[in-house]
Amino acid sequence: MKIKFHHIILGILLAATGCKKDNYAPPGSKLTGRLTYKGEAVNVEYNQVPFNLYQPGFGKSAPIVGTFQQDGTYSALLFNGNYKFTIPPNQGPFMWKEVGPGKRDTVAVTISGNQTMDVEVTPFYMVRNAKITAAASKVTAVFDLEKVVTDAANAKGIDRVDLYINKTQFVSGGDQIASTELAGSAITSLTNISMSVNVPGISPTQNYVFARIGVKVSGVEDMIFSPLVKLTY
Amino acid sequence: MKKISIISMLALLVVTGSCRKDSSFLDVPPKQVITSDVAFSDPSLVLSILGDLYNRQVDFSGLDNGWASFADFSEAFPSENGSYYFVQRTGWGYGEWGLWDYNYVRDLNLFIQRATAATKLTDADKNQFIAEGRFLRANYYFELVKRMGGVPLITTPLDYDFSGNVAKLQVPRAKESEVYDFIISEAEAIKGLLPAKAEEKTRATPGAILAMEARAALYACSIAKYGVNTPQVTLPGNEVGIPASMATGYYTKALAAAQAIISGSAGNYSLYKQLPDLSDNYANLFLDKSSSESIFVEDFKANGGKTHGFTTNDQPFSISDEGLDAGRLNPSLNLVESFEKTNNTYAPMATKDGSGNPIYYANELDIFADRDARLAGTVLLPSGLFKGKRTDVFAGYQLADGSILTSGDATQLKPLPGTTTPVQVVGKDGPVNGAEFRTQTGFYIRKYLDPTVGSGRRGRGSDVNFIRYRYAEVLLNAAEASFELGQTAVAAGYMNQVRARAGLTTPLVAADITFDRIVHERRVELVFEGHTLYDMKRWRLANVVWDGNQMSVTDLVSNIGKATKRNTQPWGLWPYKYYNPGNANNGKWIFKEVLPSPVTGANRFQLGNYYSQISDDILGANPKIVRQPNQ
Repeated sequence: MKIKFHHIILGILLAATGCKKDNYAPPGSKLTGRLTYKGEAVNVEYNQVPFNLYQPGFGKSAPIVGTFQQDGTYSALLFNGNYKFTIPPNQGPFMWKEVGPGKRDTVAVTISGNQTMDVEVTPFYMVRNAKITAAASKVTAVFDLEKVVTDAANAKGIDRVDLYINKTQFVSGGDQIASTELAGSAITSLTNISMSVNVPGISPTQNYVFARIGVKVSGVEDMIFSPLVKLTY
Repeated sequence: MKKISIISMLALLVVTGSCRKDSSFLDVPPKQVITSDVAFSDPSLVLSILGDLYNRQVDFSGLDNGWASFADFSEAFPSENGSYYFVQRTGWGYGEWGLWDYNYVRDLNLFIQRATAATKLTDADKNQFIAEGRFLRANYYFELVKRMGGVPLITTPLDYDFSGNVAKLQVPRAKESEVYDFIISEAEAIKGLLPAKAEEKTRATPGAILAMEARAALYACSIAKYGVNTPQVTLPGNEVGIPASMATGYYTKALAAAQAIISGSAGNYSLYKQLPDLSDNYANLFLDKSSSESIFVEDFKANGGKTHGFTTNDQPFSISDEGLDAGRLNPSLNLVESFEKTNNTYAPMATKDGSGNPIYYANELDIFADRDARLAGTVLLPSGLFKGKRTDVFAGYQLADGSILTSGDATQLKPLPGTTTPVQVVGKDGPVNGAEFRTQTGFYIRKYLDPTVGSGRRGRGSDVNFIRYRYAEVLLNAAEASFELGQTAVAAGYMNQVRARAGLTTPLVAADITFDRIVHERRVELVFEGHTLYDMKRWRLANVVWDGNQMSVTDLVSNIGKATKRNTQPWGLWPYKYYNPGNANNGKWIFKEVLPSPVTGANRFQLGNYYSQISDDILGANPKIVRQPNQ
């Protein structure tokens, strides 16, 4: 059979009618924000501290799970609607309000269009006045620690403090090229703590590293960090 | 006239023929479905149902669920391009190791119910089948509780009554301790129903039942005792976590069950001691199907339809039966160095002397001399013997000027300095970074590796069986339970039996037995047998040893034998030939600790990994099920 012109037209018509939209619009409202303590950013490890968003009333009750960036920011692309924001138990180096044993408080969020919501938490410690400097392939950090949670029931000790450096901006125990560790028992004063680490050879060579100080609080899995610093030498 | 009578006769026949009752015409028993009362009328039919139930048991690492089930936890490196994610990821998903097969539980419950109701079986047969069904169910609940913590305990088949109300079917999670109690009480109830028969390895026996009971009780008590180290890993309803007060009771039960096997009341089990060479003997215990040590195994049969590809996947590259199909599972240096010296001390592999100069060895195997015989029985060392041939493992030539002469493959020849003839400068078995199917740590696996002719071919496969419970583990369970009960001398006695078989003939005394020793002994004896994860979980050590921090050489070579030693990245030990004509050390071997280049991640075990995630599907379908902690 010869292919005639009207056959082609017919084919195109058929294909065109199949182009009808058969799907929902993707979620388009962006919820962003960051972890704060009295307005200051709370820095955590990349991809380790999760948050849950529940949207009640739709099918089975399952959370939308996301994680915080290392500077404490988060974002989620959502449909408009009412959500409840919470952080699962024992996650993050901070306290989250509980309304009963094991029952986590939730923050109601109404999404209509893009919006920002900062999440106020109470970290166990904060790294203060961190001065991280680099000289002669050696990174030195001087900083204070502030014990934020001091009541007897919730206060926790320090397991260890680490100074991490990495060649990329992701800096933590799992992403590092060198680190030094200071055991919690070796910390006598929370002010003017000094640590240093030698920068190993980097291949290919670069004249900068990124550094952060991490505090491991006893009995808390996630570490709390100082703000990221890029050091050029 | 004649025609009429014939026609009328025919018509009559047709009419009477269709006069059968509807029911007798329509109710034809289907030939492809066997009803349960028929199936449970003949022992051999019941056995075929039971065979399917045995096949559906779940193992953490089994020879038929792939070589990769052995590869994780930094005990081994995966030398296959598609599997580097094991060493590149920085942790495990919460859903990893999840298990929730209640279809299997229902089939087991139905089997037990129907076998109990059967009228045409002899009492002996019925008892045997019911006991086997209950053993399989208890063993499966054990697998569930190890991975998920307390799960709904369903012991009768649940049926929906079409009332529109499903609340009756929504069973909440039992406490973790209740699941362990169930396993222990089932074991106590059925151990007397079966005859003691040590030759029976593949079906339930009193030995298998007691071995399961001992291990389950031991898991329960260590969770009770060491759970205090991770107070976050609990739930208010104790669906996860066992109160510390219950520890002693479980330790006593574990010890009693283990001692029942050791006393011989469950059959004549003993440590396998058949070959004069202790390493060969240890390796052979996994190959010898009539071994007096194995208690309950998953059996395989070559040319009989049930084989596995473990040998095909993991055989040495240069001795492969199947060309490029080889060498995937490479034990790490972390594991190799944890095998003790024969004088009961821990030491890293001696690569450098006190002043930092390399140590030269005349023979490649010399560096591994005077070690626990289980090392060479578990790991195929460089230049190790398999199927009568030696592996060819060397990373290159170390030249006098400090540089290294090597190539990407054994077929790429290069001339040595001062010569012109190209020679082989790297072993046929590697190690070369990123060269898959060859060792990248310097080691191959030897445990389960089948030396039978043809076992490495894909078509034939290997029929080495997988030992689920064996006598040495029972001894170690007894040692751990008695240690925790304060009977260190008894513990030393049990441990020394296992150690003497491995050539560690200097006995440990009561004062030597510490928690570190217990942890270490289980690691070296039972590595690659599916214990690593569960042991680390029940001791609450998993978040300590897999802490997500990268490992330095210092981390690697220090604290060997400590239970809390970091173990986040699989290291290798690469042999080099020293080339310096005229020097006394020319042609000798030196060794270097190397982190294979595909290893970029570091294992991080989060508190949420202790109990695998229950999927939102299950949580949504049954609102009574509580979520796992820390996820």
